[in-house]
Formats: sequence, structure tokens, C-alpha cells
Amino acid sequence: MLQVKKLSAAYGQVTAIREIDLSIDEGGILAVIGANGAGKSTLLKTIAGQLPLKTGSIHFEGQDISALPAFERARRGVVMVPEGRRLFASLTVHENLQTALSSKRKGFWNLETVYDLFPLVAERKDRRAGNLSGGEQQATAIARALVANPRLLLLDEVSLGLAPAIISELYAILPKILAQGTSILLVEQDVSQALKVSDEVHCLLQGSTSLAGKNFDMAAISAAYFGTEVKS
Amino acid sequence: MNLLDPIIQGILLGGLYALFAAGLSLMFGVMRIVNLAYGDFAVLASYASLVVVNAALVNPLVALVFIAPAMALIGYVLQRTILQRTLGLSPLPSLLVTFGLSIIVQNLLLMFGSADQQRLTLGDIDTASIILPLDIHIGVFPLAVFVLAIVILSALSWFMASTQYGRLVRAVSDDPATVELQGVNPKQIFALATAIAFGLVAVAGVAAGIQTSFNPSSGSMLLIFAFEAVIIGGLGSLWGTLGGAMILGVAQTVGAAFAPAQQILAGHLVFLIFLAFLPNGISRRKVRA
Amino acid sequence: MNQIQTQTPLAGQSFTIRRWAPTSIIGTSSFLAVFVVLAALPYMVNLSLVYSMIDLFILLILAMTWNMLAGYGGMVSVGQQAFIGVGAYSMVVIADHLGMNIFFAIALSAVFCGLLAIPISFLVFRLAGGYFAVGTWVISEVVRLTVVQVPEIGGGAGASFGAMSDMSKELRIATSYWIALGAVVLVLLACVLLIRSKGGLALTAVRDDITAASTSGVMVTAIKRLVFVFAGAGAGIAGALIAISSLRVQPDSVFSVQWSAFMIFIVVVGGVGTLEGPIFGVLVFWILKQLLADYGPLYLICLGAIGIAFVLFVRGGIWGLVSRKGRVELFPVGYKYSSNSSIDN
Repeated sequence: MLQVKKLSAAYGQVTAIREIDLSIDEGGILAVIGANGAGKSTLLKTIAGQLPLKTGSIHFEGQDISALPAFERARRGVVMVPEGRRLFASLTVHENLQTALSSKRKGFWNLETVYDLFPLVAERKDRRAGNLSGGEQQATAIARALVANPRLLLLDEVSLGLAPAIISELYAILPKILAQGTSILLVEQDVSQALKVSDEVHCLLQGSTSLAGKNFDMAAISAAYFGTEVKS
Repeated sequence: MNLLDPIIQGILLGGLYALFAAGLSLMFGVMRIVNLAYGDFAVLASYASLVVVNAALVNPLVALVFIAPAMALIGYVLQRTILQRTLGLSPLPSLLVTFGLSIIVQNLLLMFGSADQQRLTLGDIDTASIILPLDIHIGVFPLAVFVLAIVILSALSWFMASTQYGRLVRAVSDDPATVELQGVNPKQIFALATAIAFGLVAVAGVAAGIQTSFNPSSGSMLLIFAFEAVIIGGLGSLWGTLGGAMILGVAQTVGAAFAPAQQILAGHLVFLIFLAFLPNGISRRKVRA
Repeated sequence: MNQIQTQTPLAGQSFTIRRWAPTSIIGTSSFLAVFVVLAALPYMVNLSLVYSMIDLFILLILAMTWNMLAGYGGMVSVGQQAFIGVGAYSMVVIADHLGMNIFFAIALSAVFCGLLAIPISFLVFRLAGGYFAVGTWVISEVVRLTVVQVPEIGGGAGASFGAMSDMSKELRIATSYWIALGAVVLVLLACVLLIRSKGGLALTAVRDDITAASTSGVMVTAIKRLVFVFAGAGAGIAGALIAISSLRVQPDSVFSVQWSAFMIFIVVVGGVGTLEGPIFGVLVFWILKQLLADYGPLYLICLGAIGIAFVLFVRGGIWGLVSRKGRVELFPVGYKYSSNSSIDN
């Protein structure tokens, strides 16, 4: 469903990711891991369309979306939950979810089913989004993305700044999203957390792929994460 | 001295100023653009009205039905083509471009119109007044404009609160990049906000054209009044703007009652007092400028 | 030439920092040559050309000071005409009514305008960006409306400037010209020194990134106030020159927002935020004025359209195009780093 080939992107003069290849099947889940500054968020932003790509291509459901602007990709079902949640602070929770209706995508997820999935969000639906706690905001941000009925959901560092209990709750929801046929590409700094939700990982080191695939042991992953030699 | 009369006149005048201020503050709230040509577009609408009135022999309100959408369209196109390019971190480009537009519009009006004072008229209603007890005269037209201002502000308020586009306009002023992630082109929303602002400016321009006279350079004063109303009222608050407009109106009319030639200066001085001591306006909201 | 030689522990390399680059040496020398020519001008050309050069100098002063305000300080003012008017009226009061020497009068006018700028800055600094711009406009309107109340300086009809009326026309125009030329050079020098100084470095930091500047300890408000006062004084000098050259101070003309339009056009076309920009801008303005001024509104429409085109498509102005975006400087205000060729082990 998603095919990324030799993707490179830069911030001004600085190349942030270079020559990344990855793919995800329908209903699949892939975790992108790596240290701070490795380029994980950059990768997601480039796929979502917030950052223009320098070289390479992105194919989604067989179509080349490399040149499409972010809103066009969202309309096709590539929906991102951005780093730092980025809720609309002056809107209520309910209104935040309503904004996603503009993507005009039909599917299983609507305001009702999303509220079913996140009862805590439903309880706070008339509260100003700026007044929520971190965990509530993250849940709302994911809920907002779901309302757009994504075919590919991009999750950028959802665990950032949250307590472990809340992180577990959020991750527990992912299978229900996958069950609807949506694929998930998530960026996660905590490797053990990433491995709990996804067999397949893609590790970035200073903008390049250092490890990709399934069934690695922690030693191999650590080496790829930190860029050290594998001690055998 | 009967101060009640000027105070009431000032409150009604505030309605007119609120119509001006609403569009200016909408553009600023959504895009952080202060449109220095704002008043000049209002005057453009007045002149357009004059042309339609003279050509089609209808009254200005009928002309407005065509001019308001035309102005909204002009605003939309202006935003998509020129103003969009000026959006960014620095306020400099948008200020320079809108200042340039101001000069262009004023001089186009000078070239194709004349420098004489012009006036739109609705006939006898212009000067009709209702006489209340305590010898208070209320101009019918100013009263109508005040009521219209309340209606329009309410409609705008409803639009922002209860429609999808209204939500998107509010969202875009919070975070344009994230709005794009919801499948919405932020440029369209900016252009929509500008179109609404220009439609408002057309209504305000025609109303002012009936209530007072105008010439090609009247726009500068209108911009200044709108700006003063917004600052006195406080950034970011629609009803605060109405309050600010009324305070400005009263300052002007009461000032005129004491010193007839100093109406505008009185307004400026009250504005400066507010700027010095109550910089966040009467609504006291601290909004990042 | 200032040179700082330092030994750094890093790789044992030493480096030199020079304030003067080859282009700034050439540039400044050429300006000196131009100055000599300009000083001799009244002996060489006819009177009306000399008279119109005074206008050019006035605009150059206004453009340079507006550039400091907006290009370096980030403050887009549309109200500098307040100080132009006050400067002009001050000349009338100080030189005419009080009978003081012309040079003193100009200096005092400038000082008075600078002092006036201080309380004004406290008011307008409560606003930012576009609202700051309209705020400065309101202030200029308040100043105008206040000044026309004073019958002693002519009220709405304005005042005449008579302090030089006992000179012959040739001498008066030549003297005015030299005063204006001197004023331009002084203001230019002041701008160069300001940018060269620590204050100027802070200002460039503010110009480039205000948040980074303030977190680096730059006292942003103090610097901005300094620039605002400087620009006010500069505009005051321009106003004083207007009084001298046109012999009459009309409130509607001297407080007109059209002055702001002209200074903005000149800086935008020449190159915002560069010292060289206003000079090129004034030349372009000059040419356009000679070609189009007879056409009244059309002339202003052209200025507006050209200004907009430059803002949208030629952000760096003419100087930006010529200097390939900041790598060439005609004035010694930058820092050129070069490492010395020997590498110590």
C-alpha cells in the first residue's frame, strides 16, 4: 500500500533523511525507531507532505503522491497525527474532531464510533482543547485523525511526555484501528514500546536506514540505534 | 449642556465603526495581515455604488446587493494572487504591499472619479430622525446602521461558531499547517476570510457613503477609525470591537459637542489614553500580535 | 583598519578579522570622490538643478532613516511625517522667531524631534507589526491636528520661513544645497557608525531573528527605542531642510502621509536592510519623478505598482540583485574572517 523509494529530504542546506526505502502492506504496521535527530519525524512529515522531498518517490495505493500537497494526500487517506499533538487550542474537542470531516472520507470511523473508542475524549468533548492534559490531548489528536478515515495512519511520537500507563492505553487501541484495514506507520523513541506493537521495525541513524525488517534481538537493535558495532 | 444627545449619536456611530472594524480584525485574526488599503476599498465600494446608482437609477442599497459579492470576489482573488505571497514570519511584506495597494486605489479613484466630495443618498431617510422624550433626536439611518451592525456581527459570530467553514477559519488562525493535515487547503480558508472581510468593507463603505460624504482619500481616516476601534475593544474579541467602536464614536461626538472642529482629534486622544493605560483593550484579552 | 589577531587552541590556526573588505574600500573611496564632485556642483551647473538636488538629499535622508527603522529595527512606521512636520516648524520657530543661527537651528530641531520621539515610543511600542504602523500614522495625525491649532505658527495656513530672506537667490539656494549635502553626509555617517557599533550588531541580530536576539541578551527594547529616536531626529533634519528650501511650511504638505509613501518606495526598490539600498532607490525614484510627475495620479499608481512588484518578486531590491544578496558591501560595516596562511603544529 505504501512504497517509499530512495527518499531524501532536507531542511534548507541540511539533508535530514537520505535514500530511505520502506514499504507497508494493507493492514500492516511498521515502527520507525532511532535516536533524537535521526530523522524519524522528518520521514513522516515527508510522507505526509509537510516537507517536500528532494529525491526519491512515494507511492500510495499504486499512485505516485510525491508531488501532491499535504491536504491532497490527506484527502486520499494518508493522515498524520503530528508531533506534539497540534490540536486547535481555541476550538473544543468536538470541534477539533469536526475539522477532520473536511477530508470528506467515508468509512467505519465517524464521530460516534470514534467517541466509542475513546470514552475519555467523549466525556471532554465540550472542553477547549487548550485546557486538556497531555494524555487527553494525544487521544483527541488520534481521534481527530481517525475521523478522516485514514487508509494509512502516521503516528509521530505519540508517547512523548506521557505517563507509561497512558501510553499503554493509547497503544492498546492500535489493533482496533488495524482491524478496519488501516495501515499504521509509527515513530517511537522507546524501542521496547515499539516492539510491543510491531514486529517489523525500521531503524534510522543520522538520516539513513541502519536496520530494517523483523525478528531482531535487542543487541542488534541497540547497535543499529546507536551506531555501534554489534558485540558478538 | 445636553450630553445625552451626543452620547447616543456616538453610540450609533459606533455601529458604523464596528462594521469597519469587524473586517479589519478578521483579516488580522486569521492571517496576521493588517490591510492598510482597507479603508480605501470601502471608498471604492462607495464609488462603485455611485456608478451603479447613476447608471441603473436604483438606490444604494440595491446597488450594494451586487457590489458586496463583487468586492468579496475581489478580496478572494487578491488574497489568492498577491496577499498569499506576503504571508510569513515578517509583517513587512504584507504591510508594504497593502500600503502600495492603498496608493493605487486612491489614485485610481482620483483618476477616474473626481476629487470632489461625493455622497450617496437614500432620499429623505438620510436626515430623518425620531424624536424621543428629553429632546433626544435619533437619526433613523444611523439607528438602522447600528442595528445592521449588530445583525452582521451576530451573523459573523454564528458563522464562526456553528459552521464548518467558521471552524476552519478559527482553526487556521491557530495552526495553518495542521489544518492542512485535515485535508483542507489553508490558502482557500485565508481567501474565504479575506472575501468575507471585503464583503463587510463594501457594506461599511456604502453605509458610510450615505451617512457622511466621501472623496478618494477618505479611506485613510476610515482605516484609522477601524484600527482605533479594534485596539480600544481589544484584539481577538468580536463584541469587544463593537464596544471599542462605541467608545470611539462617543469620544468623537462628545468631543465635537465641546469643540466642533475637534471631533476627530478627540477620538484620537481617547484612543491614545486607552493605548497608554489599557493596551489590551476593554476585553482585556492578551492576544499575540 | 582594525585587525584582531588571535591564537586559538583549535588546530593551532590563527585568524584575522577585518572590518574593511576590498569592495568596501573601493566603495567608500568612490563615495568620497562623488562627495567632492557634489560639493563643487553649485559652481558647475544651473540653479534649478542645484535646487532639485536638495529634494533628492531630503528624500535620501528620509529613506536612510526609515531603513534603519524598518529594515534594521523591524519597525514599519507610516508616521515619520510627524517628525518631518515638527522639524520644519521648529526651524520656523528657532531660526525665524528666535533668530538663531541656521546651523544651530537645524541641530536643535533634530534634537527636539529626537526628544519628542521618546514619549511617542512608549506609546507605539505597545503595538506590533501592522498595528504599530497604523499607530504611528495616528500619532502623526494627532501631531498635525495639534500643530494647526497654534496661531503663532500660522494655524491651518502654515508659516513662512524668512531667516534667509536677506540673501540673494543664488546664495540662498547654494547655501541650502551645501547645508543639505552636509546633512546627508552626517546622517549617512551616523548610520554607518550605528551599524558598525555594538549597538548595530545587536540591531542586525534583531533584524534577522528577534527571538534569538532577545534570548542572547540583546536589550531589544532599548535598541529599538534608540533607533526610533534616531529616525525621528533624522526625519526632523529632513523637515528642517524642507523649510529652508521651500521657504514655506504648509501643514497639509509637511505632515502628509505621502512622505511615508515616498520613503517606503525608495527603500523597497533600493533594498531593505542594507546601507547601500536607499542610495539606489533614490536614483530610481528620481528618474521616475522626472519622467512621470506631470501625470499626477498615474505617477503615484506607477510608484505603487512598482513598489508592490519589488516586494513580491525582488525582495532584496536593486542592491540585492547587484550584490548577490549581501556578499558585497560598499561600506565597512561587516566582518570579514580569514585564517592566516601558516598552520602551526
